[in-house]
Amino acid sequence: MTKVDDTTHMTTPPEIGGIGHRVRRHEDARFIEGQGNYLDDIVLPGMLHMAIVRSPVAHARITGIDTTAASEVEGVVAVVTGELMDQHGLAWMPTLSGDTQAVLATDKVRYQGQEVAAVIATDPAIAVDAAELVEVDYDILPAITTPQQALAPGAVLIRDEKEGQTDNRVYDWEAGDKAATDAAFAAADRVVSLSTFYPRSHPAPLETCGAIADVNSVTGQATIYMTSQAPHAHRTLFAMVTGLPEQNIRIISPDLGGGFGNKVPIYPGYVVATAASLLIGRPVKWIETRSENLISTGFARDYYMTGELAVTNEGKILGLRVQMLSDQGAFYADAQPTKFKAGLFHVVTGSYDYPAAHVVCSGAYTNKAPGGVAYRCSFRITEASFLIERLVQTAAYELGIDPAEMRFKNFIQPEQFPYHTPTGFVYDSGDYPTALRKALDEVGYDQLRAEQVAARAEGRLMGIGIAHFTEAVGAGPSHTYDIAGLKMFDSAELRVHPTGKAILKLGVMSQGQGHETTFAQIVAEELGIPVTDVKVMEGDTDNTPYGLGTYASRSTPVAGAATAMVSRQLAEKAKRIAAHLLEAAPEDIELKAGELFVKGTPARSVTIQDVSLAAYTNMPDGMEHGLEGVHYYDPPNLTYPYGSYIVVVEVDPETGVWKVERMVALDDCGVRINPMIVEGQIHGGLTEGFAMSSMQWITFDDDGNCIGSNFMDYLIPTAWETPRFELLETCVPSPHHPIGAKGVGESATVGSPAAYVNAVIDALAHLGVRNIDMPLLPDRVWSAIQSAQG
Amino acid sequence: MFPSRFDYVAATSVDEAIAAKGDGGDETRILAGGQSLLPMMKIRLANPSKLVDINGIPGLDVLERVNGHLRVGALVRHADMVASDLTFGAVESAAPWISDPLVRNRGTVCGSVSHCDPEGDWNSVLLATGADVVARGPSGERVIPIGDFVVDLFTNALNEDEMVTEIRIPVPSGRSGGAYLKLERKVGDYATVAVAAHLELGGGGVITKAGLALTSVAPHNLKVTDAEAALVGEMPSEALFAEAGELAAAASSPRDDVRGTAEWKRQVVRTFARRALATAAASAG
Ligand SMILES: Cc1cc2nc3c(=O)[nH]c(=O)nc-3n(C[C@H](O)[C@H](O)[C@H](O)COP(=O)(O)OP(=O)(O)OC[C@H]3O[C@@H](n4cnc5c(N)ncnc54)[C@H](O)[C@@H]3O)c2cc1C
Repeated sequence: MTKVDDTTHMTTPPEIGGIGHRVRRHEDARFIEGQGNYLDDIVLPGMLHMAIVRSPVAHARITGIDTTAASEVEGVVAVVTGELMDQHGLAWMPTLSGDTQAVLATDKVRYQGQEVAAVIATDPAIAVDAAELVEVDYDILPAITTPQQALAPGAVLIRDEKEGQTDNRVYDWEAGDKAATDAAFAAADRVVSLSTFYPRSHPAPLETCGAIADVNSVTGQATIYMTSQAPHAHRTLFAMVTGLPEQNIRIISPDLGGGFGNKVPIYPGYVVATAASLLIGRPVKWIETRSENLISTGFARDYYMTGELAVTNEGKILGLRVQMLSDQGAFYADAQPTKFKAGLFHVVTGSYDYPAAHVVCSGAYTNKAPGGVAYRCSFRITEASFLIERLVQTAAYELGIDPAEMRFKNFIQPEQFPYHTPTGFVYDSGDYPTALRKALDEVGYDQLRAEQVAARAEGRLMGIGIAHFTEAVGAGPSHTYDIAGLKMFDSAELRVHPTGKAILKLGVMSQGQGHETTFAQIVAEELGIPVTDVKVMEGDTDNTPYGLGTYASRSTPVAGAATAMVSRQLAEKAKRIAAHLLEAAPEDIELKAGELFVKGTPARSVTIQDVSLAAYTNMPDGMEHGLEGVHYYDPPNLTYPYGSYIVVVEVDPETGVWKVERMVALDDCGVRINPMIVEGQIHGGLTEGFAMSSMQWITFDDDGNCIGSNFMDYLIPTAWETPRFELLETCVPSPHHPIGAKGVGESATVGSPAAYVNAVIDALAHLGVRNIDMPLLPDRVWSAIQSAQG
Repeated sequence: MFPSRFDYVAATSVDEAIAAKGDGGDETRILAGGQSLLPMMKIRLANPSKLVDINGIPGLDVLERVNGHLRVGALVRHADMVASDLTFGAVESAAPWISDPLVRNRGTVCGSVSHCDPEGDWNSVLLATGADVVARGPSGERVIPIGDFVVDLFTNALNEDEMVTEIRIPVPSGRSGGAYLKLERKVGDYATVAVAAHLELGGGGVITKAGLALTSVAPHNLKVTDAEAALVGEMPSEALFAEAGELAAAASSPRDDVRGTAEWKRQVVRTFARRALATAAASAG
């Protein structure tokens, strides 16, 4: 059940369906009725199929590849190896983090599942059969499966091909002020610390990754259908990698069956399929199996974190120190803003007011799959938010202060916004105390604490966990944010046709977020064109304006703003046309819910549809025809959504099994364009938070074999085990966003894991338990109880 | 899904199926619900040269009570067991715990029994209730007690030219109760630990027959005979069930894996055995 206040002020009637309306998602009908168009639905004449030969081992030198048997299978058209790719300069490619990544391995394999060769055949089954016949000889090397092993003296060098690389270190990076932080710690009554590991996880979209490359051997035109969350950026990078002229590359991202960040990186399969099509002159399709997706594509997390809080005995936080070690896998392929080596992890100071923080980050190469940003994490804010919320909770226990009280004592106050954090963020707006108070009231906090005392007396274990997170989303201002040099603006192009119907084209790319509805609602709000009259187009680089794509909750903050701005640009023109039609002065025309009228005399009016027709049929002299515009929006700041989440659990002391009894989630993401879609995003995120805290992780054995290569081993919760969510809302608009909206796509994934974990720890806190690493498998919980009880 | 190449025979009678299976030998497999076989073929862990599909054989979907037995034919699906009102005790309790509705709609009880996966649920229930497996080969039918049928990990007592046609679960005539307690990580997952308990009570409430069997904590589903022996002749009590729980924990040989440590699994066996027996006793009224 969902309980949400309608705090948004609606200015349009339901027939128009502007901001605040729970408009049913336009895209759903075709998905539900099987009329979507996903990558694997696309069939081109003469299309071939590709299967990839992958490394069965985590680390080995390749001593030979024999493709004879595979090549001889009837129906096999080509077998591509790294050697062949190398002849075209394509054995390696750049990553989004300035590293290089093997396309097809030539020297060594560096993780299990790495691409070694590809078979192209007339039929997908033939390709798979033949791929089994490619014989690769491996000289096994020791596998490194943790960053600690990687950085230990004498560790085998994983990236031995890299000039100047003498160890397995990827980067060292820091933020904040060390001296000021040291001073804060020196002044503290106490220091509270917590070390915790946020394990590796995987986004596992329902649709795996894939591509169909169709290179015309005469014109050189390369049309690449690709599961891409960022088609424009991918086109530019493709041009840079392959040397094909950019105007000849057209990337079409069709309907995406989920992404969550998994479809941001460029994968070797895309490049090999394109090269194969180029060489063979026929379209080549490549679709991953589930196991391939899980073992080789963009993972998430894998952060080892230690946080220390300098506190007074009264519970005031004076400073924060963080040390983070990240497992990057074999190639540093995070998709993140160039300036920041650990994404936006340095937002780890959280929702609290203190002057000093120092965050030190390092990354290491291991023999595991690369790509560590994926999975709804807003560039590593998931990890940051988890750490600070776990740490504040720990401090509360150590100081004997109620965990809610601990937060109230330290919150940034509403009047402190815009708030400059010690690591360089400028939080735009918020009212944290009101949010937490409201969530506590809803859950009945005081009553629950009383119940907890009673439960403990009976030998029952009950826990109440709080997390109050602040996110930094909507990258981002061009002065700070770029990926591979491309500034992180986004764009919208809007054309209103003579009959008053509109087409909106965007540089972002929906993977299930409901863009076709949400962005149409912004146009409806601004111009009064009914939401059903607005078609939203994305994904085709030849037919949409340039943009950086959809990830890190950036579409509404950036492309949403661009949509509002281009709509306003058209509204201005519409007013001038209306002035002409009404024989009034343009500055006297007002536009409200699709009516353009003369100020003070609403009877003298025309509709937006009248104006649209006039734009093509009856324009005043000297005014350009048409009603069309484009806007590239460079956001002045990120947006900072936040929330207060409270989880109540019961733990079985005999088995360690825990069950969520309540989950109350208050989110403030500013103005909600479509509250229903926002709630859907929050439900998804709360589910994923539950998943990571309870069951969802990818682990490796000592040889680097991936445990979690299928859905029997990699667990994703279903409706059955997912708790019931109770949603709440407050609304403090973003002051700098044109419609006051903030990003929300990842809020709940970011904020909720700490709430679940804090709840379980809270149930055991009186025994002295302070930490259990995720996922909180029952055996870990039981062991924690056992060791606490000595 | 791209399994290796295989031949396919759609049998229309048990005799035809047995003949086809006998012809093919070792590399030939019966295809029932496909819910264990096809996932293995998908990842090419199993590469049979021939599949003998029994789904078109009439009469194998029999589910009835006769002569003091519940007869479960080779095409009775897990979902049929959930829906049926002929089940009882541990059988009734276990049915909804088999995987999820999709798997239950296709997967068969006899397929699960034949598969002898130590993580499969049914064999524990059959061990606790003392069921028989009916097998048919070219020379006719034989009845194999479940304890003899389950040989080891993925190994049953069938000959190459035999198939299971049904299982027979004895239906208690007096006071009885049963329970199946399963710890799974999520719906559709195999048991981390599961316990089947079956109790029959005589005059005055004394335990006359006891069955206790474990899933996922040994190389095959494990009948805890010393616990059963300790229960028979005693009055149900918390202390008695706790003792049986200790014996079950001692008999189990779980391993450390991603589901948890062996030590903890043993603790779950201990706890679940005690709770399952208490539930069985309570439901015996
Ligand atoms: C996602 C998933 C989750 C699952 N979870 C569980 C669970 O929680 N608990 C559980 O117990 N099981 C679980 N299973 C397995 C499921 O119960 C299978 O249905 C069962 O194990 C096999 O039955 P089947 O009819 O599908 O057999 P098939 O897959 O068709 O066959 C399995 C094996 O038995 C042989 N066989 C089948 N029928 C006969 C016969 N009549 N005579 C001789 N040999 C035969 C086959 O040749 C094959 O070797 C799960 C399966 C899946 C896919």
